[in-house]
Amino acid sequence: MSNQSGALPFSRRRRFKNRLRNIFTNPYNLITLIAVILLAYLIVVPLMEMIKTTVTLAKSDLRRVKGGTAGEFTWYYWNRLLFSDVSRNLFWVPLKNSLIIAVCTSVISITMGSLIAWLMVRTDLPGKKFFSLAVIIPYMLPSWCKSMAWLSVFRNETIGGAAGFLSYLGIQSPDWLAYGPVAIIIVLSIHYYAYAYLLVSAALRSVNSELEEMGEIVGAGKMLILRKITFPLVLPAILSSVILTLSKSMGTFGVPSFLGLKVGYYTISTSLYSTIQSQKGTGFAISLVLIALASVDIFINQRLIGSRKSYATIGGKGGRSTLLSLGKWKAPIVILLVLFLLVAVVLPLVILLYQTFMLRAGDYGLDNFTLHYWLGEADPNISDGLPGVFKSPQFWMYVKNTLKLVGLTSIIATICGQMIGYINSRGRHLRSGKLVEQLVFIPYLIPSIAFGAMYLAMFATPTKINLFGLELTLIPSLYGTFTVLVLVSIVKHLPFASRAGTSNMLQISTELEEAGQLAGANFVTRFFRIVFPLAKNGFMSGLMLILISIMKELDLIVILMTPTQATLPYMAYTYSTSGFQQPASAVAIVMFVMVFFFYWVANKFFHADIAGGL
Amino acid sequence: MSRIVLKNINKYYGSNHVLKDVDLTIENGEFMTLLGPSGCGKTTTLRVVAGLEKPQGGTITMDDKLIVNAEELFFESPAKRGLNLVFQSYALWPHMTVFDNVAFGLKVAKLSKTEIKKLVDSALSRMQILQYAERYPSELSGGQQQRVAIARAIAGSPSLLLLDEPLSNLDAKLRIDMRSELKRLHQEMGTTVIYVTHDQVEALTLSTRIAIFFEGRIEQIAPPMELYQNPATLRVAEFIGNPRINLIDGDAKVENGRMTVTSALGTHVFDRAQFTAAAPESGSFPCRLGFRPEQIHISRHDGPGAVAARVYSGMPAGSETLIQLAIGSDAFLGKQLGIRHYQADEQVYLTIHESLLNVFDAKTGALVKLADSSAE
Repeated sequence: MSNQSGALPFSRRRRFKNRLRNIFTNPYNLITLIAVILLAYLIVVPLMEMIKTTVTLAKSDLRRVKGGTAGEFTWYYWNRLLFSDVSRNLFWVPLKNSLIIAVCTSVISITMGSLIAWLMVRTDLPGKKFFSLAVIIPYMLPSWCKSMAWLSVFRNETIGGAAGFLSYLGIQSPDWLAYGPVAIIIVLSIHYYAYAYLLVSAALRSVNSELEEMGEIVGAGKMLILRKITFPLVLPAILSSVILTLSKSMGTFGVPSFLGLKVGYYTISTSLYSTIQSQKGTGFAISLVLIALASVDIFINQRLIGSRKSYATIGGKGGRSTLLSLGKWKAPIVILLVLFLLVAVVLPLVILLYQTFMLRAGDYGLDNFTLHYWLGEADPNISDGLPGVFKSPQFWMYVKNTLKLVGLTSIIATICGQMIGYINSRGRHLRSGKLVEQLVFIPYLIPSIAFGAMYLAMFATPTKINLFGLELTLIPSLYGTFTVLVLVSIVKHLPFASRAGTSNMLQISTELEEAGQLAGANFVTRFFRIVFPLAKNGFMSGLMLILISIMKELDLIVILMTPTQATLPYMAYTYSTSGFQQPASAVAIVMFVMVFFFYWVANKFFHADIAGGL
Repeated sequence: MSRIVLKNINKYYGSNHVLKDVDLTIENGEFMTLLGPSGCGKTTTLRVVAGLEKPQGGTITMDDKLIVNAEELFFESPAKRGLNLVFQSYALWPHMTVFDNVAFGLKVAKLSKTEIKKLVDSALSRMQILQYAERYPSELSGGQQQRVAIARAIAGSPSLLLLDEPLSNLDAKLRIDMRSELKRLHQEMGTTVIYVTHDQVEALTLSTRIAIFFEGRIEQIAPPMELYQNPATLRVAEFIGNPRINLIDGDAKVENGRMTVTSALGTHVFDRAQFTAAAPESGSFPCRLGFRPEQIHISRHDGPGAVAARVYSGMPAGSETLIQLAIGSDAFLGKQLGIRHYQADEQVYLTIHESLLNVFDAKTGALVKLADSSAE
């Protein structure tokens, strides 16, 4: 029964039929197609919408532009931002402030982080196990919580409201220390040094100590070795953390809004936030500038150290590393580190916690002790009648919102991330794989607050198209819904989720899948019976890290928030800006506890690497 | 059991042409080895047959049924080709027990529980690992994992078994054990086998035929002993055999249907009957003489037809002794059974049966004079 088709002449029709069949039966193509469409819709379209809004005249601005009609093309917003009477206060001064903050924060936090990394990896510092955990705790606390703590210590009577701890002791902290750039830089540095610490210590660990010993053999002194051998080897990691810190601190919103707004000190991101409330076009123009700045930053990073980075790992992991003896410096350094941790970790927590027990803000006396802000019923004489957080239905609603948001988004983001990771790992050599990789990288370029603004631009009003007389809603109006919060959180965390997914999928050899293919298993069977069981651990640890990151999130969703959909960080933020310190602190403490709990779970059960969250 | 025909297979990775017009027919029940240095295309050929790679040109038929027609973009799915593959890395699923690994394909094929149990047990006991059925791959030694991989491949009784360097991750002793195991397996099951290796000893001892690859092309297809005695080109000659073939320079002249070859070994005259198709009709050309170390008879006494040589060094290794020899500037290796002792620079006398000599055209590398194995 021989089938003679092998001898049949070439058929164009059969070739075409087979081509279609090959394309549509290959699951890789299908997932990639879906991924590209979704990513384009959720990343490229909002960006386009935002650009469009900045050059389209809005109805509300008709009276400002003579002879304009709503919806027509205009340079009005860009003009107003860059070249008008208000542009100094709206744009140039905040830009200068942002740059100053970004540069100072980077210098301080990188010096601090690199030094601590070197102490931890290369010297015989005692109590390393304790320190290695303790020094990353500041990174786990959201930076806006730290600014609340800062205020509780340094708040003075200039602004009004309850004064801080120092005032209670009779010390008036000067304005320049309590608010504005110095305060912002210090708080941000205490937060961001963790980046430098994690990156540099990883690089230091990968430097084979034989490289240093070789220097010693040829007679170089310890300082010379540090300067000429160790430093150049970890330089790429240091530069990477510089760029990362620069772009992060430039786009950050929480800290400058807590510590700057009240004294009229604006940065790009806070200016964006307040402008967007009144005039969307100008606000979006600011976020485009912010995106451009961040992109330039990362572009420089790729160009400058992309190629040099490679040698950081040469020599592999040093099997044995000889530790430098600190000698007589041991005690002072330990004391310094402990002091630093007290200031950066313990103090903010203790102050915030203590504050929740004070009936009148600013009075640290024992007679002022109360549990009202935790358990009290509503009392019109205290905080405009806000009940204690545990008695407040609003609080429980926000807890529920927060858990719902982090649960939903982390699960969806992780699944998407693993899928994209699958595409990336299996299609590295293909154009489609690279396209997906690049698309998914875009949210990383965009500062959180600008990303939130993008989604505001996209989902504020519905966009409909008319297809053969059939009205189709291309972009629904999602502003004020829970869905938009979920969407924005998922997409913003996709770069991390898909990177985790890629490294997870790369660990699974394609041969394991091919063996399944030969056994006759189709794609779905292979995915659920072979790939997924092997990817499970990486899946869970990625999920936990995303969950924690979304839980702390304020910058990303602050623009999109409406009172009924709010989460805990937003609750603390609004309480604090309305002057209700104790309830705000109570909410922040609850946040801490939740974040720590999830870190513990992630670390204990899924071996999640906290450094992976970068 | 099946007969596989590859016609004109061409495969590119980007602009990298990895398989060039590969033609190969594998007869029913054969043990065909694809042999060659790394990067020569042998594994790619195997993966093309398995259906894990799609060639850009050519056809493959299996028992006269078309499974690949690259011009029409027709590629039968791997699972429908009735074959199985043992990966170099074994590719055992780490989250499944040995039993589940072997049973996976049968479960996918929706066989009944009792039937699966029967087939898995039979495959496991054939590979002598039935006692490990409930263990996970990580709890087994390399050799045992190898057996599981083979058991998984044979459990569904494929008509074609593909093996991709299956022994390369084993230590020397296990490799020899598994070699005989594989040879027995092939004889018992009668399955057609395609076996990829870069180890020529494996190829020579296991195969019914060997296809030798260089740079994406098949250079020669022949039974192992023929490949050993009459390598088609210098490249093949140098690749096959351990220790390597000896090659010395000479001059050849073809005249009146006879070839006269002059070299350090003296002057030899060969009949037309021993010529290959690549031999020229007439004229002279530089050539290289090939002969195997064990074909040299070494004596301390001069005899008829013997040539004098100098011992460079003697290397006794117990079962055999290798002797590095030199005639003038030509250096080569001799081999004798048992323990022999030679002094450096000792004078010895060599005889080589001239009909066993291979003669290659030095320019094209092609074999021009066959060795006559019956002469010995």
